[in-house]
Amino acid sequence: MDDHILEMRGITKTFPGVKALENVNLAVRRGEIHAICGENGAGKSTLMKVLSGVYPAGSYDGEIVYDGQPVRFNGIRDSEHVGIVIIHQELALVPYLSIAENMFLGNERRGRGGLIDWNKANAEAARLLAEVGLDENPVTPVGQLGVGKQQLVEIAKALSKDVRLLILDEPTAALNDNDSAHLLDLMRRLRERGITSIMISHKLGEITAVSDNVTVIRDGKTVETLSLHAGEVTQERIIRGMVGRDLESYYPERESHPGEEVLRVEDWTVWHPTQERKIVDGANLTVRAGEVVGIAGLMGAGRTELAMSVFGRAYGRNITGRMFVHGKEVRPKNVAEAIDAGIAYATEDRKHYGLNLIEDIRRNVSAAALDKLASRGFVNGNEEIKVAEGYRKSMNVRAPSVASVVGKLSGGNQQKVVLSKWLYTDPEVLILDEPTRGIDVGAKYEIYTIINRLVASGKAVLVISSELPELLGICDRIYTLSAGRITGEVPVGQATQENLMELMTKEKELAA
Amino acid sequence: MTRTVPPSSEPEAQTSTGPKDVAPAVALHTGTSDVRALLTSNLRQSGIYVAFVVIIGLFAVLTGGTSLSPGNVTNIVLQYSYILILAIGMVIVIIAGHIDLSVGSVVALTGATSAVLVIQQGMPWWVGVLAALAVGLAIGAWQGFWVAYVGIPAFIVTLAGMLLFRGLTLQVLDNISLSPFPQGYSRIASGFLNGLLGGNGYDAFTLLIGAIAVAGYAVSQYRSRIARIRYEQPVESFPLFVLKIVLVGAVVMAFAWQLATARGLPIVLIILAVLIIAYSVITTRTVFGRQVYAIGGNLAAATLSGVKVRAVNFWIFVNMGFLAAVAGVVFSSRSNGAQPSAGNMFELDAIAAAFIGGAAVTGGVGTVVGAMVGGLIMAVMSNGMQLMGVDQSIQSVVKGLVLLLAVAFDVYNKRRAGASR
Repeated sequence: MDDHILEMRGITKTFPGVKALENVNLAVRRGEIHAICGENGAGKSTLMKVLSGVYPAGSYDGEIVYDGQPVRFNGIRDSEHVGIVIIHQELALVPYLSIAENMFLGNERRGRGGLIDWNKANAEAARLLAEVGLDENPVTPVGQLGVGKQQLVEIAKALSKDVRLLILDEPTAALNDNDSAHLLDLMRRLRERGITSIMISHKLGEITAVSDNVTVIRDGKTVETLSLHAGEVTQERIIRGMVGRDLESYYPERESHPGEEVLRVEDWTVWHPTQERKIVDGANLTVRAGEVVGIAGLMGAGRTELAMSVFGRAYGRNITGRMFVHGKEVRPKNVAEAIDAGIAYATEDRKHYGLNLIEDIRRNVSAAALDKLASRGFVNGNEEIKVAEGYRKSMNVRAPSVASVVGKLSGGNQQKVVLSKWLYTDPEVLILDEPTRGIDVGAKYEIYTIINRLVASGKAVLVISSELPELLGICDRIYTLSAGRITGEVPVGQATQENLMELMTKEKELAA
Repeated sequence: MTRTVPPSSEPEAQTSTGPKDVAPAVALHTGTSDVRALLTSNLRQSGIYVAFVVIIGLFAVLTGGTSLSPGNVTNIVLQYSYILILAIGMVIVIIAGHIDLSVGSVVALTGATSAVLVIQQGMPWWVGVLAALAVGLAIGAWQGFWVAYVGIPAFIVTLAGMLLFRGLTLQVLDNISLSPFPQGYSRIASGFLNGLLGGNGYDAFTLLIGAIAVAGYAVSQYRSRIARIRYEQPVESFPLFVLKIVLVGAVVMAFAWQLATARGLPIVLIILAVLIIAYSVITTRTVFGRQVYAIGGNLAAATLSGVKVRAVNFWIFVNMGFLAAVAGVVFSSRSNGAQPSAGNMFELDAIAAAFIGGAAVTGGVGTVVGAMVGGLIMAVMSNGMQLMGVDQSIQSVVKGLVLLLAVAFDVYNKRRAGASR
C-alpha cells in the first residue's frame, strides 16, 4: 500500500449552471512532486481551491483525506494550519512591504507585549531566503524584485509556515528560462527535504523533467494518473490525455474561399509595460479576406498582448515591427487610428474592457463609431436607434429593446452587443479574443454563424481561443504561439489537437 | 393613453415589458400599466422631481405662502444662480468620474481679477468680464493638464488648486476687499429687464419672453416627435403630447407671472437659461457629451473604443474653469465687489447639487437638468428655512442629511437593480 499524504475522492463541485468538477480523484504520495495538467478551464484551479479551503467544506461533494485523516477545511487558514500552502498564479505579495513583512503577514513573529519582534523576524527571513537560494536583504521592498524572485519569496513564506504540502499554480508561467530552471531545482531540493509538492503546469517539458506522477484532468473529470518513473510516458502521451475528447459537431458548415491578403504583421515584438521581458517576440502573421485564422496558445503565451499591441498599441511598450492592411503599411499610434485603419478588436474580457455596463444597447453599439452618426459634433439619436435596432435584430440579441441596459443581459447577448459595436466600425479585419468565453452552447453556435457570415461577406477574421476544438471547428488556418513566439502555422486540414498542443508547448531550446 | 407600437417590436419584447399579471396586449395599450412602468423604471430620475415638488409644497405651507411670493421667487433665482452655474460644470466633471474641489477659489480669483481691473484700474465693465473668463479658462487648462496628461487624480489636483487659487486671490486683492462696481457690471447679477413693453402692475416683456420660451419648447418637442415618427420610434399619443406641453407651459407662465409682478426678468436668469439649454444639448446630443459618459461608465472600454480620453478629460476641466469664471463674474457682480473669502465652500454646494440630482459617485451617470433640480432643492430649502428664521446651524444639519439621504436612495436603488439581475 502506498503512503499517501493526500487523497481526494469523488470531488464534485458545481457553480450555478456549470459542473466545474465531476467525481475527481487525486492521490498524492508523501514526498513526491505531483503534476496536474489539463487545458484551460479543465478544472485544475478549482480543484486546488477545494483542497485549500477557498471553497469551504460543504460547498462541494466528496471527501478529502490528509495524512490518513478525513479533513474538512472552512477556509484557507484551516488548510495552512495542517501545512497545506497554495501559491497562486497571480502572486499575492504586497509590493510596498519588505520581504520579511510579506513573509510573516498574518503570521507575525510576536515578541514581548504582543509587539512584533522585527529582529527575530528579519533573522528568520534571512535564514529562509538562504534556504530557497535567494540572495536578498529581508528589508528590501518586494516591489523591487523581479517576478522570479517574488516567486521564491512566496516559497520562503510557505516554508515559514512549516509547509508539508506545497501547491504551485503555474509557477513558471511568468518566468524566464533561467528563473524557471532555478525554481525547478528548488522544487527538487524541497523534495529531498521531504516536502510534497503539487504543481499545476502547462509546460510539459517541465512536468516530465521534475515530477514523479502526473494526473490529467479534462472537462472537470480525472482522466488518468501516469507514473513518470516507468520511463515510457512521453509528452505526446500526456497531450493525448489532455485533449482526448471527441470533437463535437456544433460548428456550422462553411465553404472557404480565401481572397487577397488583408492584414500582414511582420517581425512584431512587444515588451512588457513595466518589466524587462519580451511578451511577443518577432511574430509574423497574415490574414486573408474571407478567411478565419486562429491563434492557439496557452495562458501567458502572449495572445491577447499580440492582438492588443496591433490594435493601436493598446498594450506594451517598445513595439517594433511593421503591419500592412491591404498591402499598405499602417502605423496606428492609438486605438482611434487603428479603427480608422480598419482594425477592430473584441476583447476577451467584455465586462471590463468591452462594454459600458451601465449604459443601454444603443449607446454601446455606437460607442466605437459615433462619428458615423454625427454631423458637426451632434449625434443623430434617431439614426443611432435605427442602427442599434438593426443589429439587435440581425444579431438576434435577446432584449426587449435597444434601451435595455447591457449589464443585465446574459453573457451571450453581451457578446453579440460587443460584436455589433465592432461590426458598425466596418472593419477590414476583425480580431476576436475568446469570442465564446463564458457563454452557453446555443449562443456559441450563433456566434460561429455570425463569424461565418462575416467572412462570407469578404471580411478577414482572426480568432484567439483557448479551446482547440473551437479553433479546429471554425478556422481555415491556425498559428500556434508559445512564450511570445509563433511556433507553427497549420492549415486546418492538417491540424489535430495533438500537433497543435505540441506546438503550443514547444519551448525555446531550454537553457542548458 | 395609447402608444403607437413600432412594427419592429417582437412578441418576446412585449411580454417582458408588461407586468406578469396582465396580458401583453393589454399592457401595451392601457395607460395605467404604462405609466406605472414608466414611473418604476425611472424612479431614480422621477424621484428627484417628486421630491422637488414635495419640498416646494412643504415650504409653501410652512412659510404660509411667502416662499412662493413673487419677490421671493425672484430672490431664489438671484441668490443661487452662481451655485447652479457651478453645478452645470461640476456634474460633467462628476459624470466623467472626477471631482473639482477648487471651484470656490476659482470664483474668488476670477471675481478678484475683474474687480482689480474695473474698480482699481477703472476699465470698462466688459474688460473685467473678459479678463475673468480668460483667467478661468487658463485655470481650467492648468488643472486639465495635470489630470489628463500627467495622470494626477483630480481630487489631488483640485485640492491643490483650492489652496493655490485662494492664495492668489489674496495676492491679487492685497488682502483687502474691493467695492463697489460701476453700474454696468453690477447689473449682470442684480439687473432686470423690465418696462420695455410697459404693462400695468406687471412687466409685459417678461411675459413675452416666457411665452416665447413656451413656444420654443413646443416647437422643438413637435419637431423631435416628427423625427421619431419618421424613424418609426414609439411616441406618446397626441392628446398626451399636448397635455405635456400645456402643463410645462402653465408652469413656465406661472413662474414668468411671479417674476413679472415683482421686478421683471433678471438678467442672470437669461444667462442661466442659456447655459442650461446649451449644456443639456452638449451632454446628451454631442459626440463630446457621449464620450464623457463613456469615460465615466467604463474607462478601459472607452479607451479601447477609440475615445481620446486625455483630450476629453482636458476639455472637461477647461469647461469647468470657464463656468467657474462665469459664476465668479455673477457672484462678484451680485456682492458688488470682491472679497478675499468670496466663494468659500461653493464647491461643496455644487458637488451636493450634482449628487442630489442623481449623479453617481462612481461616474457615468448624471444629467445637467438633474443637477439643476438638485441645486434648486437645496436653494428652496435654504431659502425656506431662512424665511422661517431657522438657525444657521440647523440649516446646515438639514442640508447634510438631505445630501446623505439622496445618495443613500441612489445606492439603494442601484443595489436593488443589481439584485434583480
